[in-house]
Amino acid sequence: MLNQNSIWRYLMIVVVLSVALIYALPNIYPNDPSLQISGTRGAEVSAEKVTVLEQALTAQNIAFKSVVLNKGQILARFNNTEDQLKAREVVSTALGEDVVSALNMAPATPAWLDAIGAAPMKLGLDLRGGVHFLMEVDMKTAMDKNINDLVQVYRTDLREVKIRYRSVTADLVNQRVVIAFRNAEDVAAAKAALSKKDADMVYTEADDNSLVVTFSEARMKALREDAVAQNITIIRNRVNAIGVAEPLVQRQGAERIVVQLPGIQDTARAKEILGATATLEFRLVDETADVQSAVSGRVPPSSQLFNDRAGNPVVLQKRIMLTGNHIVGANTSFDENGRPQVNIDLDAKGGSTFSNLTKDAIGKSMATVFIEYKPTDKKDANGKTIMQKNEEVVSVATIQARLGRSFRITGLDAPGEAQNLAVLLRAGALIAPILIVEERTVGPSLGQENIDLGLSAIMWGMISVLGFMVIYYKWFGVVANIALTANLVLLIGVMSMIPGATLTLPGMAGIVLTVGMAVDANVLIFERIREELAEGRSAVHAIHEGYNRAFATIADSNITTLLVALILFGIGTGPVKGFAVTLALGIITSIFTAVVVSRLIVNMIWGQRRGTSLPV
Amino acid sequence: MRLFNFKTSLNFMKLKWPAIIFSTFLIIGSLVSLFTQGLNLGLDFTGGTVIEVKFEQAADLNKVRSALGSSGFPDAQVQYFGNSQEVMIRIAPREGVEQKAIGEQILTSINTVAETPVTVRKVDIVGSSVGDELKEDGFLAILAALVGILIYVAARFEWRYSVGAVASLLHDVIITLGLFSVFQLEFDLTVLAAILALIGYSINDTIVVFDRIREMFRKLRDATVEETVNEAITSTLSRTTMTSFTTALTLIVLFFMGGAMIHGFATALLFGIAIGTYSSIYMASSIAVILGASREDLLPTVIEKEGEGTAAL
Repeated sequence: MLNQNSIWRYLMIVVVLSVALIYALPNIYPNDPSLQISGTRGAEVSAEKVTVLEQALTAQNIAFKSVVLNKGQILARFNNTEDQLKAREVVSTALGEDVVSALNMAPATPAWLDAIGAAPMKLGLDLRGGVHFLMEVDMKTAMDKNINDLVQVYRTDLREVKIRYRSVTADLVNQRVVIAFRNAEDVAAAKAALSKKDADMVYTEADDNSLVVTFSEARMKALREDAVAQNITIIRNRVNAIGVAEPLVQRQGAERIVVQLPGIQDTARAKEILGATATLEFRLVDETADVQSAVSGRVPPSSQLFNDRAGNPVVLQKRIMLTGNHIVGANTSFDENGRPQVNIDLDAKGGSTFSNLTKDAIGKSMATVFIEYKPTDKKDANGKTIMQKNEEVVSVATIQARLGRSFRITGLDAPGEAQNLAVLLRAGALIAPILIVEERTVGPSLGQENIDLGLSAIMWGMISVLGFMVIYYKWFGVVANIALTANLVLLIGVMSMIPGATLTLPGMAGIVLTVGMAVDANVLIFERIREELAEGRSAVHAIHEGYNRAFATIADSNITTLLVALILFGIGTGPVKGFAVTLALGIITSIFTAVVVSRLIVNMIWGQRRGTSLPV
Repeated sequence: MRLFNFKTSLNFMKLKWPAIIFSTFLIIGSLVSLFTQGLNLGLDFTGGTVIEVKFEQAADLNKVRSALGSSGFPDAQVQYFGNSQEVMIRIAPREGVEQKAIGEQILTSINTVAETPVTVRKVDIVGSSVGDELKEDGFLAILAALVGILIYVAARFEWRYSVGAVASLLHDVIITLGLFSVFQLEFDLTVLAAILALIGYSINDTIVVFDRIREMFRKLRDATVEETVNEAITSTLSRTTMTSFTTALTLIVLFFMGGAMIHGFATALLFGIAIGTYSSIYMASSIAVILGASREDLLPTVIEKEGEGTAAL
C-alpha cells in the first residue's frame, strides 16, 4: 500500500529529533558570571585552594553559587557580575601569585545535560566580545639565523675531514651558503663529505671552484613546521598566563597563527604579554656559598641569589655560561632507567662555547634560569606599561661529562616536569619572531547587541515565513511549518554537538537565510502534488508521486549549494566560516525535515484519503 | 491560494533575444563601472584600521574629522554607523608605522572633542598583505564554485545546459558586483560570502527548471524544443517565485533587523535573488536552446537512470 509509515520511520524521526532537542536545550539556559582560576604555566590547582577560596569569599560576604575543581581548574559561579568582579580581587589576595583568574560566562547547563556532554553552541568573538589576532611567523629571520649557523657548522665539519677551503660565506639574499675552494677536487671531496653528514641539504657545484648549499624542500618545510609549532607552544603558555577563559590558539595556513581571546578588552596589554620576551640562561651553581647567609643578605660578589619554582633559594655564579638563543631544539624522552629526560640541541657557536666551558666543570651543578618580562599594572610617566623581570631557576643538574652541541638533562621526577622544562627551554629561544598582521577587537556591548539583532532577525524571519506558508498552502503549510521548526531545532542541536562549529553574526544570518530557503523543498513537493491533483490523480497517488518525483530535484539542487558552502568554508575566516557552517548544515537538516519529517505527517493524516482533493 | 495557474504555457522563448540583449546591456554597464570606478572594497580587502566608537551624545563628525586631521590622520574617513551616536573611522594602511599604535592615537584624538570619553565598540586592524591574499582567495573561490557547478551540471545533464547554467550564474555575479560598483556600496567579506551564497541559490532555480525540461522531453513527444522549454518553465514558475519570495522575505527581515554589519550581505543577496530568479527563467535555458540543446541530448541518460520514475518536478 502507498503512503504507509513504517514503524522504523517513526522510530528514526523520534530518535533524531529528540536527540537534537536534548542537545539544543543547553542554549536556552542563561550564563552565570564566573571566575575561572588556573595555575600559572598550566600547573594544576590543588584541591585545598577550593576551601581557601570558599572561606575567603564567605569572609568578604560575597555570595557565590558554587566553587568546583575540574580538570585542575577552579570554576567559581556568581549571581551577578558585581560579585564576580569583587571576587576576582579576593582571588589574588587569597590564593597568591601562582594562580591566574579569568572572567568568564559559564553556561548554567543542568547537571543531567552536562553529564551527557550537551553544551550550548560556541559563540564567535563577534557575539561574545574579545580580541582576535592573526600572527605571522617571520620565516626570513628564522632562515637567516639558520644560514648563519650553517656557516659555523661547515667550517668545523670541513676542518674535521681536513679539506682546505678558502671561505665559507652566508648569502642571506638568496638564502644559501657558498663555500669557496682552491681546486675542483676539493669541491667534489667536500660535497661527498658534507652530504654524508647532512643529506637534507642540496649541494651544487659551481664553476668557480665553489660549492653552493641550499635548503631542500623537505628541510624548508621542517624548519617552517618547527617555527610555527614552537610559536604556538609559546603563545599558549603566555595566553594561560593572561588568564583567558576559553582561548583559541590555532594554526592557519603555512605560516600563520590565529589567537582569539574572548572577553579580553585591553588589547594593548594582551599584545604586550603575547610579545613579551623570554630568555634562558645556563649558570653554574656557586657551591662555595652558604645559602643561609646569602638569604640574609651576604651574597658573594661574584654570585647572585635566585629562587627556584618552589621558592627555595639557590646561589648561582654571576657569569652566564650560555644564553638561550643558542638553543635550537629541546624535547623529552626517557633515559636508560626509564626516567624522563630533556634533550637539548645547541647551534654550532653555542656548542663550541659550551664544550669549552663544561670541560673544566665536570661534576659541578649547572642551573637553568628562565627569565621573563611580564607587564605589570603600573605605567610609567609616558603611559607605557612597566615590565617586571621575573627570574626563576627551573632546573639544577650535575654536569656528567664535557657537553657539546647535544646534551641532556636527566634526573627529573615526572614526565610532566620534563615536558614543562622542554617547553620553557624552547620558549627561551624563539627561532622565528612573530608579527601581528591582523587584529580585531569587539567590545562586549556590541557582542550582546549582535546576539539580540541575530535572535530577533531569526524570530521575525521565522514568523513571516510561517505565516506565509499557512496562507498559501493551508493545512499542508502547517505541515511545512512543523518541518521548518523541526529544522531549526535540528540545526541548533547539531551546531551544539559539533565541537568545531561556532556561531557568528553572519552565521545567524545564515540561519535566517536557511529558514527562507528550507521551505523550498516543501514548496517543490507541494507544487508537485497540486499538479498531480490537477491532472486528475487520486489524493493517494498525488502524495506518493509528489514526494517521489520532487526528491531528485531537491537532491540535485541542494548538492550544488552544498558545494558552494564547502568552498566558502575553505576560504572564509572567522565570521564567514561560521556562515558557511550554518549554510551547509542547514541544507542537510532541511532536506531531512522537509522530505522525511513532512512526509511522515502527510502520510499520517492524508496518506489514505479517498478522492482527489487535498488541503494543499 | 495560488498565484499562477496557467492553462497554456507561456512563451518565454519568444523573449529570449530581447532578454539576452537586456542582460548584455546590464553586463556591459556593470563591467564598465567595475573597470572605471571599481569596487569600494572594505577593510577586509584593503587592509588598514577601522574603529567604531560610541559617543554619549550625538557626535559632530566635522569636529571629529578636524581633530583627527590635526593628529596626523587627514585621510581618515569618518561616518555615522547605524545612528548619530555611533561613529566609524577608517584609515588606510600606513607603511612603516607600527599598526598597534594607530588605534590608541585615534582614540586619544577623538576623546579631545568628546565631552565624555567614548566607548570603543570595535577595532579592526588588517595588514595590507592579508587583504591582498583575501582578494585573490575570494576571486579563486568564485571561480572554483563556478567550475564545480559547470562539471556537476555537465555530468547530470549535458554540456549545453552546463554552459547555460554557468553563463547565467556569471551574469548574476557580474551584475550584482556592478550594483556594488555603481552605487559604491562597501564590498567586504560578508558581501563576498553573500555572492557565493547567491551562486548556490541561483543554481538551485536553474536546476529545477532543467530537471523539468528533461521530464517534459519525455512527456511531450511531439513538441518542439522551444515549446518543451516553455512548458517546463511555466510549470515551475510557481515554485520559482514562491521560493524566491520566502527567501526574499527573510532577507528583508535581515536587512531591517540584522544591524549594520549585515546590511551589505542582505543587499547583495536581495538584489542577487531578484536577478538570479530572472536569469534562471530567461537566461539559462535560452542559452542552452541557442547552443542547440535537443531532446536526444537528455533522454538517453533519463532512460538509463529513471527506472523508478525519479524524474523530477
